[in-house]
Amino acid sequence: MTTHGRVRPVVRAPHPVLSRPAPEVDPTDPEVVQLAADLLATMRASPGCVGLAAPQLGVPGQLFVVDVTGHPKATTVHGVITLCNARIVTATRWRPGREGCMSVPDLTGDVKRAGRVVVEGVAPGTGEPVSLATEAFEARALQHEIDHCAGLLFLDRVAGAHAIHPRKVYL
Amino acid sequence: MRELAITVIGRDRPGIVADVAAALSGLGANLTDSTMTRLRGHFAMTLICTSPAAPAEVEAALASLADNGLLAMVRPVQPDDITAPTGEPYLLTVHGADRLGIVAAVTRVLADAGGNITDLSTRLSGDLYLLVAEVDLAPEAVDAVTARLAEVGTALGVGVTLRPNEADLL
Ligand SMILES: [Zn+2]
Repeated sequence: MTTHGRVRPVVRAPHPVLSRPAPEVDPTDPEVVQLAADLLATMRASPGCVGLAAPQLGVPGQLFVVDVTGHPKATTVHGVITLCNARIVTATRWRPGREGCMSVPDLTGDVKRAGRVVVEGVAPGTGEPVSLATEAFEARALQHEIDHCAGLLFLDRVAGAHAIHPRKVYL
Repeated sequence: MRELAITVIGRDRPGIVADVAAALSGLGANLTDSTMTRLRGHFAMTLICTSPAAPAEVEAALASLADNGLLAMVRPVQPDDITAPTGEPYLLTVHGADRLGIVAAVTRVLADAGGNITDLSTRLSGDLYLLVAEVDLAPEAVDAVTARLAEVGTALGVGVTLRPNEADLL
């Protein structure tokens, strides 16, 4: 892919685009291909960011990127994953974990996610179907991004009234 | 022995919990259920204790800790049986722009359906207002409550999610 991605501002809650289910996208639409490149560029430019979904750039659409390469909690690693119209086909081995989000920068939450998932979607550009099985941190990241495409934040999944925590500032 | 309900609110500082606990134990008051948190930097503690000392005596002991304006209230309460759950446990999340009346509107929907809130926290983080509540609800009421919450959420411009809160048995 030769599309040059631009780093774009990430929108934050309570922006309404983050709370609305996003429509499916046409994976062969050049604007979708450009948006995928922008998501990747913006993720790359954001330290500690392992995934970003189109609504976080203010665009309602089922498109996201994930890359957990080098993350200490990652076991299975597929490198850069870019998917349109993705859905979870199977989800097993539910586990609690702490997660945060660039669109909710000051908070983290305890969220139970499937430790093993099969996800299906289509690749931007070609529109080819993609199916991938993964586990642990990569599975968590995919579920978080698919939630963004459905208008859900990790706040909508937290495990209890005291499962939200202020994010510590690390220097 | 009598049962006392106590709230203590003041400026947070290291050692405040130890001081409150010492004041109570000095009077022979025994902490049963308690919760403590910080609310926008203020120390806030609510507790029930069994005490041989009268409410006024306990309040005076806590007031003596008022190095920087500790507010303590002590009231006698009747020992109560633990209320049986009135339904199944659910979790509610509400998030959106800070706006007057969000908590009142959302909790009214739950109350109208006979829901009993068992734990609740709210937080203002920048422009984001957030509520998470644990609520016991009759399962047959959930569809109607979900629909009503969606209407209220749309009217207030907030996101609302209601979901079962399964306990993990390990
Ligand atoms: Zn996110």
